[in-house]
Amino acid sequence: MVVNASQDDPEKARRFREAALPYLDDAYTLARYLLRDAADAEDAVQECYLRAYKHFDSYRGPAMKPWLFAILRNVCRAEYARRKTAPTAVEELPEGGDQTPMWNEAPETPEKQLLRRFDGDTVRKLVAALAEPFRETFVLREIQNLSYREIADVAAVPVGTVMSRLARARAMLRSAWLAEQEHVK
Amino acid sequence: MTCEEAEVLIHALIDGELDAGHAREVEAHVEGCAHCAALMKEYQEIRQAIAESDVRYKAPLELRRKIEKALPQPQAVPSRRSVLRGFAMGSAVSAMAATGLVAIVLRNDDEQRIENEVVSAHLRSLQAGHLIDVVSTDQHTVKPWFNGKLDVSPPVIDLTAQGFTLIGGRLDYVNAREIGAVVYKRRQHVINLFVAQTASTERKTAKISTLQGFNIRRWSDRGLNYWAVSDLGADELTEFGDKFESAMRANKEG
Repeated sequence: MVVNASQDDPEKARRFREAALPYLDDAYTLARYLLRDAADAEDAVQECYLRAYKHFDSYRGPAMKPWLFAILRNVCRAEYARRKTAPTAVEELPEGGDQTPMWNEAPETPEKQLLRRFDGDTVRKLVAALAEPFRETFVLREIQNLSYREIADVAAVPVGTVMSRLARARAMLRSAWLAEQEHVK
Repeated sequence: MTCEEAEVLIHALIDGELDAGHAREVEAHVEGCAHCAALMKEYQEIRQAIAESDVRYKAPLELRRKIEKALPQPQAVPSRRSVLRGFAMGSAVSAMAATGLVAIVLRNDDEQRIENEVVSAHLRSLQAGHLIDVVSTDQHTVKPWFNGKLDVSPPVIDLTAQGFTLIGGRLDYVNAREIGAVVYKRRQHVINLFVAQTASTERKTAKISTLQGFNIRRWSDRGLNYWAVSDLGADELTEFGDKFESAMRANKEG
């Protein structure tokens, strides 16, 4: 392996720390939702930061957070691929499954009652139960506050796909929310 | 606009991602359609509920440490830029004075950065489940817990009688190194007392500063730097520091 001299540049390391480390909790949160496993999330985030540092010379923007997330997402996808052979594969919808909206998740008539508030653990559980790729889109939007354009860049899909995935994700979450509400009644 | 279209577009409307023209179209549909109006209201409520609940995770300290370790270590000397800034500011005075000024400018820079980090650590600690690694109101449980985890064991003092309840301890990460945090509470207010070793044994009297709405009381004594951070008012945080310092003196003398 050829070691690039600039990899040991303390000035580069300092700039990288200042730019990227403030997003460590964000990156870890995203990895937790994507991988649904604490140890795997930790490995993925570490790998993400090492890759990000390696490519930091070529970083010209856009914002640091989506840039890091795009790298993290690739790391997580490699982990999915590895799991595909493992017995506990993440359920993935067939290709194009997100293109045909299946609105049957949303009851015909919205409930008249007020939605119940749940504690953080329950909300985490509901979000974590969403199927991919809807979970990813949902977390990037609702927990990470990325714009549609940024989500499209991170997930490498058109903005239109972001919109349909997000609509689908919210419909699924709404159903799960109402079901949970029924369940704890 | 059909309901099927609107059911996708109301999300973009909620997220403020529609241009004015499309926003008006969706709003017009929602006004005339009870089904879509009720759906949109529910989505907004769920969105609000998520925004208000604790759905984030805090990166484990161990992960932060591993990443820090993998990066080239920062040099102890301050960055060239702040040195230059120091000289520029001192250009009108003698070389001697300029050197002195550099030292002051640099130290302030450094202190400012660490105070920023201490406040970030305080904020991180307030997320649910991240406040304490060892839960105990007993100083004889909290203090030994730090042994072996840090180069220096922070003093843990019970201040319950003085109105500050000890609730536990935590390892945190400040200035690229592990640091001990002793956690106290007064009413519902959390006080994080960060303790780090310093080369200087010089005693520095307390300074109060405010950052992002938090008060910080910083002092040094017997080779340790202290930062007490809280949303408590400056007067109560001062009281905390004074009580802590006098309890420390009593301990040493006793």
